[in-house]
Amino acid sequence: MCGIAGVACLAGSDSPSRATLAAMANQLIHRGPDGEGTYLDERVGLAHRRLSIIDLESGDQPIHNEDKSVWVVFNGEIFNFIELRASLVNRGHKFYTRSDTEVIVHLYEEHGEDFVDHLNGQFAIALWDNKRRKLILTRDRAGILPLYYQQQSARLLFASEIKSILAASRTAPRLNLEALDQLMTFWAPLSPATVFEGIREISPGEIMVVTDGQIKKRSYWSWSFPEHGEYRGGNTQDLAGELRDLLIDATRIRLRSDVPVGAYLSGGLDSSILVSLIKRHGNVPLRTFSLSFDDDALDESRFQKELVEYLQADHSQVKCRHEDIADRLEQAIWHTEAPVLRTAPVPMNMLSQHVHQQGYKVVLTGEGADEVFGGYDIFKENKVRRFWAKYPDSLLRPMLLKRLYPYLDDSLGRADAYLKRFFGVALATPDLPSFSHMPRWASTAQSKNFISPEVRDSLSDKAIEKLEKSLPDAFGRWHPFNQAQYLEAKTLMAGYLLCSQGDRMLMSNSVEGRFPFLDHRVIEFANSLHPNVKMKVLNEKHLLKVAMREYVPQSILKRHKQPYRAPDIPAFFSDRRHPYVESLLAADTLKSYGYFDSKKVRLLLKKIKNGQAIGHRDNVSFVAILSTQIWHHHFIENFHKNFSGVH
Amino acid sequence: METATMGVERQVRSYILENYLFTDDPAELNSTDSFLELGIIDSLGVLQVIDFLEKAFDIKVNDEEMIPENLDSVNSVVAFVERKTGGAGS
Repeated sequence: MCGIAGVACLAGSDSPSRATLAAMANQLIHRGPDGEGTYLDERVGLAHRRLSIIDLESGDQPIHNEDKSVWVVFNGEIFNFIELRASLVNRGHKFYTRSDTEVIVHLYEEHGEDFVDHLNGQFAIALWDNKRRKLILTRDRAGILPLYYQQQSARLLFASEIKSILAASRTAPRLNLEALDQLMTFWAPLSPATVFEGIREISPGEIMVVTDGQIKKRSYWSWSFPEHGEYRGGNTQDLAGELRDLLIDATRIRLRSDVPVGAYLSGGLDSSILVSLIKRHGNVPLRTFSLSFDDDALDESRFQKELVEYLQADHSQVKCRHEDIADRLEQAIWHTEAPVLRTAPVPMNMLSQHVHQQGYKVVLTGEGADEVFGGYDIFKENKVRRFWAKYPDSLLRPMLLKRLYPYLDDSLGRADAYLKRFFGVALATPDLPSFSHMPRWASTAQSKNFISPEVRDSLSDKAIEKLEKSLPDAFGRWHPFNQAQYLEAKTLMAGYLLCSQGDRMLMSNSVEGRFPFLDHRVIEFANSLHPNVKMKVLNEKHLLKVAMREYVPQSILKRHKQPYRAPDIPAFFSDRRHPYVESLLAADTLKSYGYFDSKKVRLLLKKIKNGQAIGHRDNVSFVAILSTQIWHHHFIENFHKNFSGVH
Repeated sequence: METATMGVERQVRSYILENYLFTDDPAELNSTDSFLELGIIDSLGVLQVIDFLEKAFDIKVNDEEMIPENLDSVNSVVAFVERKTGGAGS
């Protein structure tokens, strides 16, 4: 994995300059510490910073085709490159490296823009066809790797991270307020927006073609589900066998590397399955890494230990204490390039640092399984709430609630009526596209209560409406379970989990993450299944558990899902003071940055100091406010200090 | 002169405004506004409100009393507290 950046001239402008490319590439050293390369002609400049993983000797980029008319820089891995290369060689293509990158240029020669359909991998690609004067930018299907762009009057800038684009900008950026509004509802701006005005992303599964100064984007792949009940047939055992074979292959090809590969082990079902797959089917020593927390409620060490013993893994752990979170949040936001709603990315940054210190560049990790196989509680809630909507007087309701939240049994019993009402948000309208996610979005959106009146006035408050307008036509014909999966995959997974918590935290320490559960064949297979195969009554990831039951101990299979969480408010309000927090949340700073109402923030801080801010909402509000302040401090207030590049 | 009822209302309103709306502007909360509908208090918040009421007014809220009818607006809460304390109108 690596970092890419580039400039394309759109209409009669100056040629791209080497100095601009260098300034852009310099912001990506953490993504590619092992080397760099550039390509430059009078219309296009491509820059690459390398993290050497496959073909350490000759795989330096940019890479070209036989007659040097096609050039590519890419961040990512093409896992089926061995098979693709064999097929291309058979058709007469000549290779000069052993890299996976090189298959891209030859596939382009064969298939033109459709080359991307043949790739099984994670990628952000910039390909320049010098003969046809065509630039192609594209990103992988699920959104594992990032690619941003800014269209200026005469040129197009693009890069793996926004810092790189800022390095080629003259003026400080501005916060995209609508994107902030979306982030404080959906956890991320709606693609292609980012929190930087004027800077957008290539969406997952999208390809952009720039030719004759014209820019066109189209989707080459999207999450889709059966519309008329045409689910994949077969009994559970057959389907489980098919899934197992797919997962074995998805994992096997993700072990292809010329450097050692490790794995993240959280103690949950997905990473346990993954590590077990590596053990059985990979020809590599099993090296695992995990996090542990001070806080018992968040710590999963016990389960990690069980699996480490079961698999005889060579394992190491990083302990994350409250002070670590507070100490590292500023650095984390430098990398996320966006505000966040929980501190969860910070420990992931500690984990990747540990991996790097241990000499590893690659880890396999279990993200995606919950979205693809229906593992999250939100999918269960959706099912229960729809049942309520259909049978409002059913006496089964309280029992279903207790099934959903067994660990909340005590307090839940007391406020049963309230929980029903809370989850009944929009109960009367299950035909609303956002039905499944309304409770979460409505709750998260409470954090917008802190936005300053001036900013509020300029917001149209149409985040949900905009999202609903962007849904594909077929959405209304999908099963409600699939609708919920789609919303989750497009908003929280692609927009936050894979980037702020995933790629950005991995790459901040030059570590590449690989995601077998997001192999597009696995996604397509899972999407074709009847929802009941994914969630049997209220048993989540049913088929996955059946398929992999011989791979993990019973205790892991039976374990109630514990979502990964890190401490939020408690991390900042223990014995130690944190001057940067005090400074950024002081009334003058809040007023000067202008995003938040200083009086309301003062009352939130008062509630925190009284020990009363213990709920989800207050934690989300606090982290949203603090991280936005940090973001402004890095990217706006200190723009000239941090980005003194050539333009 | 502030009556006992006004006193209860003032305390309840002030508590909700400060801890859930993060403001001291009374105009931001009407006495009949439903907390649930406004989305300002969730199930955990309800438990905190109950905790506040029990401490501020020296009452004990029973499980079966934890229903929106008793707790979902300033007026409902005030009426509920008064019934429990044997105050005016109970």
